[in-house]
Amino acid sequence: MPMSSIEEKARSAKEKKALYGTDVELQSYESEAKPQGKVENAEDLPSVVKKAALDVGVKLDAESSGAYVQMDQTPVVAKSLYEGVEIMDMASALKKYDGLQEYWWKLVAPDADKYTADVAASPPAGYFIRAKKGMKTVFPVKSCLYLGSTNLNQRVHNIIIAEEGSELHIITGCTTPAHVQRGLHIGVSEFFIEKDAKVSFTMVHSWGKEVEVRPRTGITIAEGGSLSNNYILLRPVKTLQTFPTATLAGRGAVASFNTVIYSTMGNIDVGSNVNLNAPDTSAESISRVVSVGGEVIARGRMTGRVAGARAHLECVGLLLSDKGRIYSIPELDGQSRDLDMSHEAAVGRISEEELEYLMSRGLTSEEATSVIVRGFLDVEIKGLPEELKQEIKNITQREDLKGA
Amino acid sequence: MLIELEVRHLLEIVDLSVSIGNKQVLKNFNLKIGQGETHALFGPNGTGKTTLLNVIAGIPRYTVEGGRIEFKGEDITHMSMDERARLGIGMAFQRPPAIRGLRLKDLIKIINPKADAREILKRMDFEAFAERDVNRGFSGGEVKRSEMVQLLAQQPDFVMLDEPDSGVDLENIKLIGEAINTLTQKDLRPSARTKSGIIITHFGHILEYMKADRAHVMLNGSIVCSGNPAEILGQIKKSGYEGCAACLCPA
Repeated sequence: MPMSSIEEKARSAKEKKALYGTDVELQSYESEAKPQGKVENAEDLPSVVKKAALDVGVKLDAESSGAYVQMDQTPVVAKSLYEGVEIMDMASALKKYDGLQEYWWKLVAPDADKYTADVAASPPAGYFIRAKKGMKTVFPVKSCLYLGSTNLNQRVHNIIIAEEGSELHIITGCTTPAHVQRGLHIGVSEFFIEKDAKVSFTMVHSWGKEVEVRPRTGITIAEGGSLSNNYILLRPVKTLQTFPTATLAGRGAVASFNTVIYSTMGNIDVGSNVNLNAPDTSAESISRVVSVGGEVIARGRMTGRVAGARAHLECVGLLLSDKGRIYSIPELDGQSRDLDMSHEAAVGRISEEELEYLMSRGLTSEEATSVIVRGFLDVEIKGLPEELKQEIKNITQREDLKGA
Repeated sequence: MLIELEVRHLLEIVDLSVSIGNKQVLKNFNLKIGQGETHALFGPNGTGKTTLLNVIAGIPRYTVEGGRIEFKGEDITHMSMDERARLGIGMAFQRPPAIRGLRLKDLIKIINPKADAREILKRMDFEAFAERDVNRGFSGGEVKRSEMVQLLAQQPDFVMLDEPDSGVDLENIKLIGEAINTLTQKDLRPSARTKSGIIITHFGHILEYMKADRAHVMLNGSIVCSGNPAEILGQIKKSGYEGCAACLCPA
């Protein structure tokens, strides 16, 4: 898409409300951010940033394949530590690769809604991560998007490419420090998973009580490629809406979405949308939601278009308070014969029997509830390196996750 | 001169009546279990044996309509389950629930941070289940071993076992019997034992591997006969529960 056409589309969708989620008034946020100073290595970042990153599972001084850190609108670190992986900030990548014609705005439309339009109309910031053909990384690429100024509208546009036969693991933490009361984060991400490439993408969010979040994600997976996408949100947020769309375009492509939400307040509208467009493709979406307050809408949509596609949706919610709401919306759309599509959804309370069982071993009612809640949030995620598994476990097993 | 022997009862149940919903399950039930004693409880299905154990454990689904339960001299009739557990009551459930996301080895540490999880698991030949979610996908016999592992960690003063032998193969019945002997201190001389227990068993196989001091037959919510375990079991095998009661304990 030529730049002029992107700008035109962005202009046309400036007022276009999104299909889901509460409407955000973009004008109430500041679009200009103060530039931040760049650093050579992630270790040299201010300690407040490193600490915030750690809170979302991103250990910036630990072993990794590389790192990307963005503070407000400034990329402060973009560094690869492994020759098989290219990591750049988006403005540099666009310059180096002649506008990234094959990738730029190919999977997310600039005029999808006012949020994508707003990103398209802004100077590019975000990460460009590419795993080169056949290159396999064991250590994850670590990225942190840090919203450090109150009232800012932080816009990010990321591109991830896993070339044929490569293996890439990414962990991204998006966070605000405690002093930022109000803000908006819009993140556009486009994932290109090529033939036989394997990608795991783990995103941990930790926002403030007055922060609004609108990620917009498009994914395409070619023949034999696979994606394990993991999303974790355990801290309060004002509003958040995301509905990543993955297209399984080649034979045997696989996508798996795992979502873990612990809600205490606000309005959270999450889910995944998978198009199974090729034979022998399979998709799985598992979400676990605990609400002790706030509204959570857990969506899942699978569309099977060719024979032999397999899809499974699982939305399970634990509602632990009258102040909360969990609205589970699983959708299966079969458009061919010989499909295998299923879903299970359940919203309920903690089983009395489990509670009593643990209390008979001497745990108080509160301790037993907390153990059950943490167990419930401990989703088994396949296809992740051991280190990442442990980091996710550390996050979902925090002591402060309890019942009402 | 009269020497008054102090009989120390660890558990004393006095005139206990219990209902669930509108159905009365226990009627004026009485039972005393002394320190160091292990009792066996026989009776047909639906006669109130599991209810009795659940009520002692404090599961809140039941309504105590009259009477009381004393443990270590304290009235625990209306105490919460976890308080009872901390006071020293432990239970192996007949059909315990599975707990998703809670690994057995983590539960052992939660029950008793000082417990030697490896040693306990090894003892019950259960090391392979350390990383598994508690009871999730376990076979009938594996569930029973999981229960014993947890009790060995908990070290209760009074252990209740609801059919610990059902669905268990012969080799593991021996392991479970030995664990019960440990929990009830059968390795010590009788006067040195302070821990007690009660076991529900249908076929009595487990009694070949563990020591019970006394047995009771329960019918329709009451104990109708008490005596020596081997004698009672023999009579039940010969003439059924009611026949046993009529023969050994005629009214």
